[in-house]
Amino acid sequence: MAVVVNVSPAPDAGTRAKDAGRSRLLLGGLGAFALLAVAGWFGPRWLTFLVTMAAANGLVSLGIVCLMRGGVVPFGQGMVFAVGGYAAALIYNKLGFTDALGLALAGGALAVAVAAPFAPLLARYRGIFFAMLTLALSMVTYGLLMKMDALGGSDGFNMSRPTLLGQALPDAHAGYVLYLVTLGIATLMAVLARIYFDSTRGLITLAVRENELRVEYLGGSARRAMMLNFLIAAFCGGLGGALAVMSLGHIDPNFSFWTTSGEFVFVAILAGWQSVAAVFLSSVALEVVRSFSSAYFPNSWQLALGLFLLFVIRFLPRGIGSLWMKRDRT
Amino acid sequence: MSAELLLQASGLGKRFGAVVAAADINVGVAAGERVSLIGSNGAGKTTFVNMITGYLKPDEGEIRFDGRDVTALSPRDITHLGVARSFQIPQLCAELTVLDNVLVAMACHARRLSAWQPARRADALARADAVLERFGLGSQRARRVAELPGGVRKLLDIAMAMTGTPRLLLLDEPTSGVSAEEKFPMMETIMTALGQAPIGVLFVEHDMDIVMRYATRVVAFAGGRVIGDGDPAAVLGADEVRHHVTGHLQ
Repeated sequence: MAVVVNVSPAPDAGTRAKDAGRSRLLLGGLGAFALLAVAGWFGPRWLTFLVTMAAANGLVSLGIVCLMRGGVVPFGQGMVFAVGGYAAALIYNKLGFTDALGLALAGGALAVAVAAPFAPLLARYRGIFFAMLTLALSMVTYGLLMKMDALGGSDGFNMSRPTLLGQALPDAHAGYVLYLVTLGIATLMAVLARIYFDSTRGLITLAVRENELRVEYLGGSARRAMMLNFLIAAFCGGLGGALAVMSLGHIDPNFSFWTTSGEFVFVAILAGWQSVAAVFLSSVALEVVRSFSSAYFPNSWQLALGLFLLFVIRFLPRGIGSLWMKRDRT
Repeated sequence: MSAELLLQASGLGKRFGAVVAAADINVGVAAGERVSLIGSNGAGKTTFVNMITGYLKPDEGEIRFDGRDVTALSPRDITHLGVARSFQIPQLCAELTVLDNVLVAMACHARRLSAWQPARRADALARADAVLERFGLGSQRARRVAELPGGVRKLLDIAMAMTGTPRLLLLDEPTSGVSAEEKFPMMETIMTALGQAPIGVLFVEHDMDIVMRYATRVVAFAGGRVIGDGDPAAVLGADEVRHHVTGHLQ
């Protein structure tokens, strides 16, 4: 009698179930995108800009959630955010490549290229050591950007309006088109993230968080899992940086400052690690709280933000995503 | 003879400072053998298991598995060669469900990790359920591991070790922490799951009744050395083993 239990797989049923799940996911993504696209058309400009920035920043936090699922929290995602932003702005200004989609992809790719050499090192560390190492990298990046006159030093530099698929963006609707581009990319990344989280690699990431030793004794590689997550997080961060700079039209070293990284962590903690949608909702919540707090309590908006986070940690320790995610849905 | 051995440990030695945890250990295991490692606490049993599985590197000696030198390999590489182990304290993913723990084990063993294929696809679920049923854990599949009693955790720990295609299985005190009434049923479950497969089994055990019933051979440890190796009745009857292991005075 064999120890390994070989049960005849049911590929048809499995494929059908997988396809049904994927179809629902895709439809959900498309539905959310369509809804927001319509809302953006009718909404005020300040709101579309706010959601655009929330979606761009949410991408960085999505990367952090990717790492959080493996049990580590990076405090230096500002580095990849800045690399993505600077890459897009420099490619635009120096190389004359102006397509928004291409610039976003280039931002993500260059962030991965910059992060990749550090991935094997960081994959060895956990807990506070991982957090501090990533923070150190972001602060080194900040220091370098501050000192490099070619990149505008502490003032940074401007970037003009990008094009989309060879078409110049109309003055009246440039903000709305960038809103759609950012939302489209964020939706796509959210769908891909859900697929990844539910995959075998996603499950191994959760197992690494729970019991790294056992994963190794079962033949899995905890370091490989963490390296992959770090690179995915870098891509998300770079993408977010590129999209943010296209909407802002300006970049400076503050993209890599530790408080910027802290805001991304804030959103990730607020969201929890279960739900992808919660990441973007949390990012919108942060932007809303920040905007209204700045308006009504100009010198103490951080206080409102802190109280908000305290409330969430006290009453929703697994993040707002736990409100609608089943406990066993991992 | 040595060509037929699945595992061959030769001259293994391990020190932790002044403490000799293992000295000149020579143990071979053939396919299909059920070898029990016995000895009092600190005798070197778990150190031996940890060296075989790559968690500890021996200071001296060599370990060969299926003729290949595995002394310097990592636990992961040794696992992929066909060595699986369970732990004295079950090493599980406490916040995941029983089912997810088995799915993790299957995914790690299969070495086909995908960022696209769902972990809970139908064929994987069917295989995981079959493993759970074989170990009598089917009714626990949706429970979080953190909520399980000790005996169930032990079984799950062993079930996870056996989801691959192990050729050598090391069980570190499979019945420790389990009530007296549950020990034999647990061993029966494990042995039934093993069936007639030509798997070499090394199990660390303190209960001599378990040893006598399930071991085809016994290796006795004391002070990091092997003091007896052979037929269970003969080894357990030896004076030195009785003195060091079973507590009988000479």
